[in-house]
Amino acid sequence: MHNSKTVEIIVGLFVALGLAALFMLAMKVSNLSTFSNDGGYVITARFENIGGLKVRSPVTVAGVRVGRISNIGFDNTTYEAVVSMNISGDYNTLPTDTSASIFTAGLLGEQYVALEPGGDEKYLQQGGEVRLTQSAIVLEQVIGQFLYSQAEGGDAK
Amino acid sequence: MVETIRKLGRWGLGGFERLGRAHIFLFHTLMGVPSVFIRFGLLVQQMMSVGVLSLLIIVVSGLFVGMVLGLQGYNTLVDFGAEQSLGVVVALSLVRELGPVVAGLLFAGRAGSALTAEIGLMKSTEQLSGMEMMAVDPFKRVIAPRFLAGFISLPLLATIFSAIGVIGGYFVGVGLLGVDDGAFWSQMQAKVDFSEDIMNGVIKSIVFGFVVTWIAVFEGYDCVPTSEGVSRATTRTVVHSALAILSLDFVLTALMFGNI
Repeated sequence: MHNSKTVEIIVGLFVALGLAALFMLAMKVSNLSTFSNDGGYVITARFENIGGLKVRSPVTVAGVRVGRISNIGFDNTTYEAVVSMNISGDYNTLPTDTSASIFTAGLLGEQYVALEPGGDEKYLQQGGEVRLTQSAIVLEQVIGQFLYSQAEGGDAK
Repeated sequence: MVETIRKLGRWGLGGFERLGRAHIFLFHTLMGVPSVFIRFGLLVQQMMSVGVLSLLIIVVSGLFVGMVLGLQGYNTLVDFGAEQSLGVVVALSLVRELGPVVAGLLFAGRAGSALTAEIGLMKSTEQLSGMEMMAVDPFKRVIAPRFLAGFISLPLLATIFSAIGVIGGYFVGVGLLGVDDGAFWSQMQAKVDFSEDIMNGVIKSIVFGFVVTWIAVFEGYDCVPTSEGVSRATTRTVVHSALAILSLDFVLTALMFGNI
């Protein structure tokens, strides 16, 4: 067949186009280029209340994303939430007295864990635990307290 | 009354018989797949007619689906002041659902029906029996290359569909509606996970490729060898493929994202 070479070239281009599309999705659309789970380490933190925190929520230091929540468990003896965080291997110099707080990005945004490095000279290792934690701020409680204090203040006047 | 029940029974038995034939057929086809790699030219030829010629409809529909997603997503999100999340909406709906499903449906209509009609006509003009007479196994020569070509092509087409769709959403969102360029991509990258979202979409399209091509070649091979039979088989291919894609999509979504 005289045009079988052309057909082969076109099919080759088609396959290459498909793989290029996958590459584009991987690099441009997903987070593969900026963050991978390889070479990371896992640390845990205990919170009294994690609010709306979810698995795969970001973990940040100074606003820079350094990892993701890998697992959320519950401790049956202390009734606390146990949050495992997978931190990228590039950020392996977090001091052992780092503190963790749960914040919300914007008023309606997702919740994330913000780590605040301490001053210790030892670094957190695989399986290490963040001891200083601050629970999520539950908006309903804050509004409730605000209204309550407003009402009290109104009575005093 | 008894006659009605008898008809129902015959219908049920017929259905199971077809299902059994389809599985035996699949077994023979898979047995024929290794010999395709010896005669690679057959596969290339089929990739051309099944995959490359479906490219146009996939690219155009992908572009427009992405553009509509951008437009509709923007109109909804702008009410909450969250139009920066447009990229997330477009990308997640494309790679998780619309890419594999819509590409699968288009593929069934464009390539699946052609496969059925081609094999059905081969059967009704007795080309398949002719091959058997000449000791050429039609499974190795006709069925397996077509099956493999469809199985390889649909994941590629679905990936292209998603990628083009994201670009279409970008055109409308950033180009026409004025969403911030950086926020569009960065929010998308923050929320779309490679293994959880993109690879699960690819797995979906692999499953759809397998099922759609299986249905298409089986309907062609199993059709009543008349012109009416071929036309019915072609219709059945499209209908059954669409039903299979949509129901399997639910099952796969429930397994992958549903926490069931």
